[in-house]
Amino acid sequence: MLIAITFYLLAFTAIAAAFMVVAARNPVHSVMFLILTFFAAAGLFILMGAEFIALLLVMVYVGAVAVLFLFVVMMLDVDFVELKQGFLSYLPAGLIVAFIILAEMIMVGAAYFSGASKTVVPTDPETSNLERFGEVLYTDYAGAFEAAGLVLLVAMIGAIVLTLRERKGVRTQNAMDQIARTREEGVELVDVEPGQGLG
Amino acid sequence: MSVIQLPVMQAATETAIAVVDERNWVLWTALKTGQVLLFVLSLALLVAALVLADRKIWAAVQMRRGPNVVGAFGLLQTIADALKFFFKEIVIPAGSDKFLFILAPVLGLIMAFAAWAVVPVAPGWVISDINIGVLYVLALSSLGVYGIIIGGWASNSKYPFMGALRSAAQMVSYEVSIGFIILTVIFLSGSMNLTTIVDTQGAGFWNWNMFRLNPTGDLGFWNWLIAPVMFYMGVLFFISALAETNRPPFDLPEAESELVAGYQVEYSSTPFLMFFFAEYVNIMLLSAMMTILFLGGWHAPINVSLPFGWQVLPFIWFFLKTAFLFFMFAMVKAIVPRYRYDQLMRLGWKVFLPTALAAVVIVSTVVVFASDKAV
Repeated sequence: MLIAITFYLLAFTAIAAAFMVVAARNPVHSVMFLILTFFAAAGLFILMGAEFIALLLVMVYVGAVAVLFLFVVMMLDVDFVELKQGFLSYLPAGLIVAFIILAEMIMVGAAYFSGASKTVVPTDPETSNLERFGEVLYTDYAGAFEAAGLVLLVAMIGAIVLTLRERKGVRTQNAMDQIARTREEGVELVDVEPGQGLG
Repeated sequence: MSVIQLPVMQAATETAIAVVDERNWVLWTALKTGQVLLFVLSLALLVAALVLADRKIWAAVQMRRGPNVVGAFGLLQTIADALKFFFKEIVIPAGSDKFLFILAPVLGLIMAFAAWAVVPVAPGWVISDINIGVLYVLALSSLGVYGIIIGGWASNSKYPFMGALRSAAQMVSYEVSIGFIILTVIFLSGSMNLTTIVDTQGAGFWNWNMFRLNPTGDLGFWNWLIAPVMFYMGVLFFISALAETNRPPFDLPEAESELVAGYQVEYSSTPFLMFFFAEYVNIMLLSAMMTILFLGGWHAPINVSLPFGWQVLPFIWFFLKTAFLFFMFAMVKAIVPRYRYDQLMRLGWKVFLPTALAAVVIVSTVVVFASDKAV
């Protein structure tokens, strides 16, 4: 009963917030609704007993990715009205994407309810989510896992290479030099004659 | 290991578990609500005490008296300040996003309190003993930044916005190194459950993760190899905690000499009070987390025997350690000058992150190597 109520509450929140991501006039509000969607999805994961994925979703997407989204969107200087003008012309493309996703979801649901797929709930209640994940990731899917890590590394290096530029005339500070400074180097006592100045 | 069973919350939790078995969720919800209220009320009272302690310590370092007018020794100063804030007018700037402007401090306060749900303050004294408690705390502390970003943006003003951007960059940066530091503790305990992490450390300060001087443990003499690494990790965690809570010397989001008061500039009255409150609850949370992860939680540092066979309650030890860490927070605030922003970022990304990564490699290698030999 409680679980059913919670499920419908979270599911409704997720869908309504996802709709508002598109419908909101202000892009910052859109990002806020996106965060709410992530949150509701995390709640649904917890209901399914996948608490590890749920917290990972909150940590990675809400705690890091959405913060960067918010950063970019807050600092953009865009005319919201102008941005919304082509809204209706994109509608067919959006509908096609929505239709494809709907079809996929129906197929997944059909496969699940026909009993052809594995269960999403861990079979052994004594083993935690985390241990099962570790076992599967580092044994059955070790190759794929390492490959994913490699792809991320390449992406990271690529991002750094793209944004790294040599800037001339920028004065930088060497922290080691600063720490190694002594009082003798930094302070000079000068006895100035009255009315003379340092000249 | 003899653990004194304390009836209050232990009994409540056990009843709660029994009740869940009968699927009587109404009673269960009532019990948990009671525990949550107990936590929130004690935290609120503690914040009042801590704000005063903070000011008194700061004053003592500067050879001042500190607040000493309201109540005996100024004990009621915080209450007076809080009342003053409550009765002030809430000023909402004209160009601000009103809904988000009010939402921001509420969000910050909720996140700060919610993280306490998994913190065990004594054996069995925890609202929810989930098996990935560490992740939960990390996730919620990474959400605390939203209160500040939204507040800064919704104010529609220069200084708050710059303060918010600084704060977000700072908190996201230090979260990365905090994650790696906690990872070393998780390797040593073999669990993400906070209660298990405390239990694997045991009584006696030589068993705690920060010192690890006991060669008779699971890792044998390898313990001495990772002892300096873990001590260093403890120090890094403390400094990262300062940055994570925007405390001096890392209080750049509200650096008053450059940004007036950072993200709080446009806030007044109760919303400001909520930001203020959330900050202190977060400081307490990170002190408690450091107590749990590195200082053995509720375990006694040395065997203390009292007359009549009494024992010091585990909660008292937990409280004393957390209070000591808060004292350190206050001392740092009084003694250390503020960092410059680029120095702060350099420290986080170029010093803390690489060393924490190296420590993860060393600790995990030693743990795997030692357990291979034992088998």
